[in-house]
Amino acid sequence: MPDWIVRLNVAPKLISLSLLGVMLLGWHLATARDAFVQGNLSDTELMTMEFNGDIIRDENDNYIFNPAKISGIPGPMAVAKKCREEFSHPFHTNGTNDHGIAHLVWYTISRFSIGFLAAAFVGIFVGVMIGLSPLLLQSINPFLQVLKPISPLAWMPLLLYTVQKPQLTAILVVFMAAIWPTIANTAFGVSNIREDYLRVASLLQFNWFRRLFKVILPGAAPAIVAGLRISFGSALVAVVPAEMLLGELGVGYLTWIEWNNLDIAGVLFAILVVGVVGYAMDLLFNRAARGVGYAE
Amino acid sequence: MQNNTPSEAVSTAPRSAMLIDHVSKSFPILNANGTPGRGTFNVFEGVKFDIREGEFLTMIGHSGCGKSTLLNIMAGFDKPTEGGIIVDGKQVTAPGLDRMVVFQSFALMPWLTCFDNVRVAVRSAHPDWTKQQVNQHTQKYIDTMGLTGSENKRPALLSGGMKQRVGIARAFCVDPTVLLLDEPFAQIDALTRGVIQDELMRMWQTVNATVFMVTHDVDEAILLSDRIALMTNGPNARLAEIIDVDIPRPRTREQLIEMPEYMRLRNHILKFLISHSRRAPAAQETVGTPAAAAAPTPSVEEVCS
Repeated sequence: MPDWIVRLNVAPKLISLSLLGVMLLGWHLATARDAFVQGNLSDTELMTMEFNGDIIRDENDNYIFNPAKISGIPGPMAVAKKCREEFSHPFHTNGTNDHGIAHLVWYTISRFSIGFLAAAFVGIFVGVMIGLSPLLLQSINPFLQVLKPISPLAWMPLLLYTVQKPQLTAILVVFMAAIWPTIANTAFGVSNIREDYLRVASLLQFNWFRRLFKVILPGAAPAIVAGLRISFGSALVAVVPAEMLLGELGVGYLTWIEWNNLDIAGVLFAILVVGVVGYAMDLLFNRAARGVGYAE
Repeated sequence: MQNNTPSEAVSTAPRSAMLIDHVSKSFPILNANGTPGRGTFNVFEGVKFDIREGEFLTMIGHSGCGKSTLLNIMAGFDKPTEGGIIVDGKQVTAPGLDRMVVFQSFALMPWLTCFDNVRVAVRSAHPDWTKQQVNQHTQKYIDTMGLTGSENKRPALLSGGMKQRVGIARAFCVDPTVLLLDEPFAQIDALTRGVIQDELMRMWQTVNATVFMVTHDVDEAILLSDRIALMTNGPNARLAEIIDVDIPRPRTREQLIEMPEYMRLRNHILKFLISHSRRAPAAQETVGTPAAAAAPTPSVEEVCS
């Protein structure tokens, strides 16, 4: 086998590409419609269809389906066309609701980042405080167990009522989605730190501060990062419906706007954008999380 | 208080580095459901000896005789039920840099490199030193333990033997009054063990340290020690005797096995251990504590290994 094939790890990429090709082809074939056949339709029927806009005449005066009035799921070509259209003017702003795709991505990323970072900060702080004291951990654990499974969206009416501002509510929904796994995992990691490390810390006469930052936090780091990873995922899931329900501009709300426009190709485009944004954020998180962990 | 000079042999014995003064340890007996039951389980009682400055003292005993518990009390990790530990004329109750420990499980911080694992100890012992002084001192101990070249490796990448070298370097580099080694070679393969024992001996001789080691390896004890303390079986374990190892240094394994003195010591210790493992069931009956049943009775093979 040539060296470059091994180095670039070509096989999985090739399989991925062919799978993509097969899926696109299947999608295209499943959604493609045959050309309009006049058959034994009467002139009256044809006139009604033309009047309704189902069919139009092409340049040779033959009837064809109206491409602007497609029913059913649009094919990959229609979605590709939509993508090209959106990416041709990513930074435009037409009034309050029609912002370019780059704006929408930016709104979602900033909303998500503020909520997630605030939750990470508060969650790690609270988790360490709880984890340092077995008594506190045992007494607070029941509350955590009840709060953790509540869907972050369930807090939304209460948050909207309390803070009154939808912008802030959307951020707080992300916060609520992200905080519980971080608290629980941090507390668990801190309370389960190996006795040996604490003994070394006391041998070396570490004060409280050094003990926390040199031993406890690094020792609990893998557990904390695992908690942040869970938080990250649930926050990413929560941000889309939060935008939809609150009408806050972003890639989540884009799906809903396109649905209101009855533009199904637009809906598919928005779903793709959500996926790509989530993937990019996840890559960023993994890049940041690397180096914090250690092997026993 | 003149506790630093034991009453016996005041004139001949060198200064005492640490005095273990009538130390006893007992645990409350728990019922099967974990609630406190009646009575207590005495691990050992009335243990009294001193560690002389500059000596290598080893304690041997069966599993369950409480030798690791005693070491934990000496380190300050555990509290004695009676008695106390005296270092430099003062009773000590908390861990400190004057009693560094080499752990059986290495206890290296896995998120730090080898170098940083040692440096963190140097920095704690000498907070007023400059960064350069700290690094130089650290490098010296890294080199003495044969760790040169592995400074920037994380412990996870190292073998057990290399890990324990870092552990030994970390313990010696702060120049403690007494070094406490808790079965330091138990998790190292037999071939590497000999090499590290030699390195430990070299380190001990270069820095004139005082060492207390706990082990159940008879050959290791004779090779390394000036004196060997023998503990009877638990519960109610006692310090039976302390024997002198009159074999000139430097000692090598090859010379050792041909020396009559070595064979005499070895047989003496083995006889002691075997006789105590036979007597163990009888001892349990006389004590009559239910927890005594939990104390394992090691086989002869285990003793001789």
